Parts: sequence; structure tokens; C-alpha cells
Amino acid sequence: MILRANNIEFYYDPKQKFQIPDINLDSGEQMLILGKSGSGKTTILNIIAGLLKPKSGKVEIGGTDIYTLKGSQFDKFRGKNIGIIFQKPHILAPLTVEENLQLANFFAKENTHLIAPLLKELGIWDKRKAKINTLSEGEAQRVSIARALVNKPKLILADEPTASLDDQNAAAVVRLLQEQAKKYEAALIIVTHDQRVKDHIPNQIIIGGQL
Amino acid sequence: MNMIKLSWKYLIAKPLSTGLNILLLALGLAIITVLILIQDQFENKMTKDAEGIDLVVGAKGSPLQLILSSVYHIDFPTGNIDLKDAMALSKNRLVKNIIPLGLGDNYQGYRIVGTNHDYLDLYSAKFSQGKAWEKPFEVVLGNEVAEKIGLKTGDTFIGSHGIGSSSHEHDAHPYMITGVLAPMGNVLDKLILTSIESVWYTHDEEHDHATHEAPVAKKGFPPTDQDREVTSLLIQYRNPIAAVQLPRFINSKSALQAASPSFEISRLFELLGIGVKLIQGLAIVIIVIAGLGIFIALFNSLKERKYDLAVMRTLGASSWQLFLHIVLEGVILTILGAVVGIAIGHLFLVILVMQNDQGAISTLSAAVFLKEELWILGYAVIVGILASLIPAWNAYQTDIAKQLTKS
Repeated sequence: MILRANNIEFYYDPKQKFQIPDINLDSGEQMLILGKSGSGKTTILNIIAGLLKPKSGKVEIGGTDIYTLKGSQFDKFRGKNIGIIFQKPHILAPLTVEENLQLANFFAKENTHLIAPLLKELGIWDKRKAKINTLSEGEAQRVSIARALVNKPKLILADEPTASLDDQNAAAVVRLLQEQAKKYEAALIIVTHDQRVKDHIPNQIIIGGQL
Repeated sequence: MNMIKLSWKYLIAKPLSTGLNILLLALGLAIITVLILIQDQFENKMTKDAEGIDLVVGAKGSPLQLILSSVYHIDFPTGNIDLKDAMALSKNRLVKNIIPLGLGDNYQGYRIVGTNHDYLDLYSAKFSQGKAWEKPFEVVLGNEVAEKIGLKTGDTFIGSHGIGSSSHEHDAHPYMITGVLAPMGNVLDKLILTSIESVWYTHDEEHDHATHEAPVAKKGFPPTDQDREVTSLLIQYRNPIAAVQLPRFINSKSALQAASPSFEISRLFELLGIGVKLIQGLAIVIIVIAGLGIFIALFNSLKERKYDLAVMRTLGASSWQLFLHIVLEGVILTILGAVVGIAIGHLFLVILVMQNDQGAISTLSAAVFLKEELWILGYAVIVGILASLIPAWNAYQTDIAKQLTKS
């Protein structure tokens, strides 16, 4: 198992605990977490991503209990092993496309030589010297996918990756995520309330009742 | 990619704000640079020029004026003194050596100074061409004078009356150049030196050709039975007691005035010091405002950048790297400010010197780099760190999950 998240408990208010199911994934496996806004699906994602410490329970990625890691060790682990894609691309605007990817390499102390192949596969090689504000929504989201993959993570987490995209781009982004995750043998979790994504990944859990 | 490059990219993403902050800081530091350069060179030159002169004696008036006119040749003399009084003073047992000076004429604004060969020895003058004067109307040019007016050994010129440039010319007595001094880096560079006799004979109504051919006095006073005057005397003490007794004796017992160069110069610096302090204060205010500007710019940009910082954390950046990222921005800004400031300071001095090719300012050089300028760089870095400390701490504390889930 590449990811084991068991017995996770989290709440901001003890009277309103989040219902968090156990999540276990092998490398190459894919999962969709569906839920309405406010159901806590982003909270689950943050906990798995090592961004939010749960009140109890264990998150293991590649056999490492991530919440036992301290300080910059934790940061490096996250940079190396977890690729995160957000609802909005959040590319660093002062840097070019290529530099955004180099920065991911730099912070994780990795040099995977994946920058050129990834940009080519995602069809943004020609835009590598471009600043972010010259890219379209879809291109920007592809850059953020490339950035999430450049350190060859074991786990890819995508938080509403299709929310701001039109149908065509949404389908393309999901397809790209699936392809790339398979290619680099990473486990993929997509958190979404977007019905368009539903048909692509059969392995689904639903949070906070029916949609 | 590295931390410096990352901070640099963020700086140039906002060229206007970055440029303004650099310019403001540079302005403050440029003022400090100019002050340091001028102060250092003035003090150096002033001490160098006054070296070996214990006391200056001249006509009664302002002691500072006496020093400025007789040692530095920048002010007007206080008047002339009787040769008899001067010679009487040379017999005093406290006086080791006495060098008479006769001022009053110029050539194209360069002062013609009548003196004897002791004056050359006082500054250990070396010749680049020719030799010292032997007869009346023979002159030696300071190196800069020779360069600026383009004359050389063997050439002649006609002096004009007065200390500054031109009034009527003494056309009856052309001066003949017998030598040019090597560059001395002191007051001699700007002077035309000749014998006391030359100065006397220039102003005489009648001309006695026999005396004009006789050799001049190379030491002490020229022997004469006429009523003659000199402008001032440079005195070296025989012993330390002279420092106590001689000035008091001269000032109270004779029609002359004695002034000590070291005392007057420290008084001058005290007077100038108030002005310098004022300008320094202004510079510090500008630097503080520049520091505040950097602080505000970083602090404001942080609001927009919280998201970027959170994203960097998800990419594997540690809290300390974010802290460093912001501090580096402040430090890069201030180092650039310091470099630009020092450059502006030197450039300003170059322009200042170019526009004043005579007088006190023209002795300054912009091509001098001082250790103190490294301190400027150091201070600038401190300003940069101080200004970025609070924004950097904020960046350090970025809560990733909260930041990223905020819509």
C-alpha cells in the first residue's frame, strides 16, 4: 500500500466531527472523493497531504507515518512524495512555466529530469518561457499538473481540478491526470463535487451523504 | 533555481516599486558617500598642507583667514606686515626657522607666491622639469598650474594684480619659468612660486636693472635697506615651550598676529561640523524612510503573496526558506541601493570637481574608494534585514492549509 489513512478523526468543533472513512490505495490506483461543498472533502485532502494534522489516527505514505516527521524534514517529504493540484492553478506569477517546475525540484532537492518530458507530454513545451498571465485557464491547469508531477511523487492529490474549466478542458485535465499517474506509478486521489468527473473513475467514496 | 534567484524574480516582477525603493535608499547613501569622501579628503589635505608649520604670523585680523590665506591659499590675506617687524621676530630664540610669504598677484587665477627655497623644502618639493628660481622674475609652476595653462620651462607670462583672476596686468615685468614641480598632491600643485624680490619689484614704480639681475635670497629674508613688506610668515618652533610662549608674545607685544594652523583648522571643522551634521541627519532621515518604504512594500506584497508562499510550502519549502526568501528580497534591494548610492556619490563628486577647476573643491578626487564605503554597504544590509524582519516572520508563520482552502 502506498497510502494508508486509517481511523482519522478531525473536528474544529467537537460536537461536529467530520465523518472520515479509511482510505487505502496502492501505487497506480485511483480514487474519487465526492461530496457537496462544506462536506469536509478538502479537509480530508489536507490531512492526507500533510497540511493539516488530524486529531487522531495515522496517515502513512510509502510506509512513513507522516505526522511523526518534524519541521523541514516534513516539508521535504511532502515536496518529494506528494504532488498537489489545486482548484485554481496557483502558478507563481513572477516565474516562467519552466521556472515554476525548477522551483519544485529545488525545494524538494530533487532532480528528476522530468521537466522537458512533462512539458512536452502536457502540450505546453512551447510555453515554457511564458509568464503565467499569458496562459489560458486550461494551459495553466496543465502547468500545475506538470509541477505536481515533476518530483515524481508517490501520491497525487487534486482538489477540484476541473471546477473552473469548461467541459472540454475538464475532460482533458482528468484524462491527463489519470495518464500521468499511471505512467509514473503514483496513486491518484481527486476530490470534487463536479459531476463531469464521475464517469472517469469507478473507485469512488462519497462524503456527507448523497450528492 | 535558488533562493537568491527566486527573491530576485519577485523583485523584478514589480519594477516600479523596486526601482523607487532602490532610488530612495541610494539617494540617502549617496549623500553619506559624498560627505565621507569630502570630509576624508579635506581633512587629509588640510593636515598634509599644514604639516611642519607650527605658527603663522601676519597682519591683525581673523586668525582663520590668516591660516586659510597663508597655508591653504584659499582666502584673502589679512594685509601686509612690515619687513622690520618680521626680521625682528626671526631673531627670537624660540624660532627655529621662518619662511616669508609675499602674496598679491596671480596668473589666470593661480596665485603667485613670493617666498624662499625653504618653502620648497618644507613640502620636500621635487621637480619634473628645470630647477628652482635664482633671480628675480624667475618662477616655478606647480604641476597642475603647468598642466592647465600649458606652459613649460623657458616660457614667459605676465602676472596680474590681485589674488583672484585679473585686474590690471604688470606688463613691465614678464615672469620666466625655470622649473615645473612634480605632482605633489598638496597645495603646491596650484601655486606659482617665485622669490620675495619678484613680488616686490613687480609693484615698484621705478626699475633698477642692476638689482633685477642680482641673485635672490634662498634662505631667510632678502637683504634690503628700503621699507619693504611681506604678507605673512610661516614659523617652525625651536622647542615645545615656544608653543606656549611665542603666540602669546606675538599677539600681545607686537603689531602682528599669530595663529596656529592645527588650532584654527580644528575650529573650522567644528564650524563646518554643524552643517555636516545637518546634512548627515537629512541623509539618515532619507535612509529611514527608504527602510520604511521597503518594509511597507514587502508587507503589502505579502498579502497578495500568502497564497504563493503556501504553494511553495506544498512544493517542499520549509518555514525557514520562506523567511529567508523575504529577508533576501530586503537585502538584495538594499545592496543594490548601496551600490547605486555609492556610484551616485562618486558621480556627483566628479561633476562637482569638473565644474570647479580652481579653489578648494578642485583638489578633491572622485576616484578614491574608502574603507568607510564598505561600511555603507554593511549599514544598507542591516537596513534591509530590519525592514524585512516582520514580513519575513509573517511568511514564516504561513498556515498552509488555512491559506489554501481560503477562496
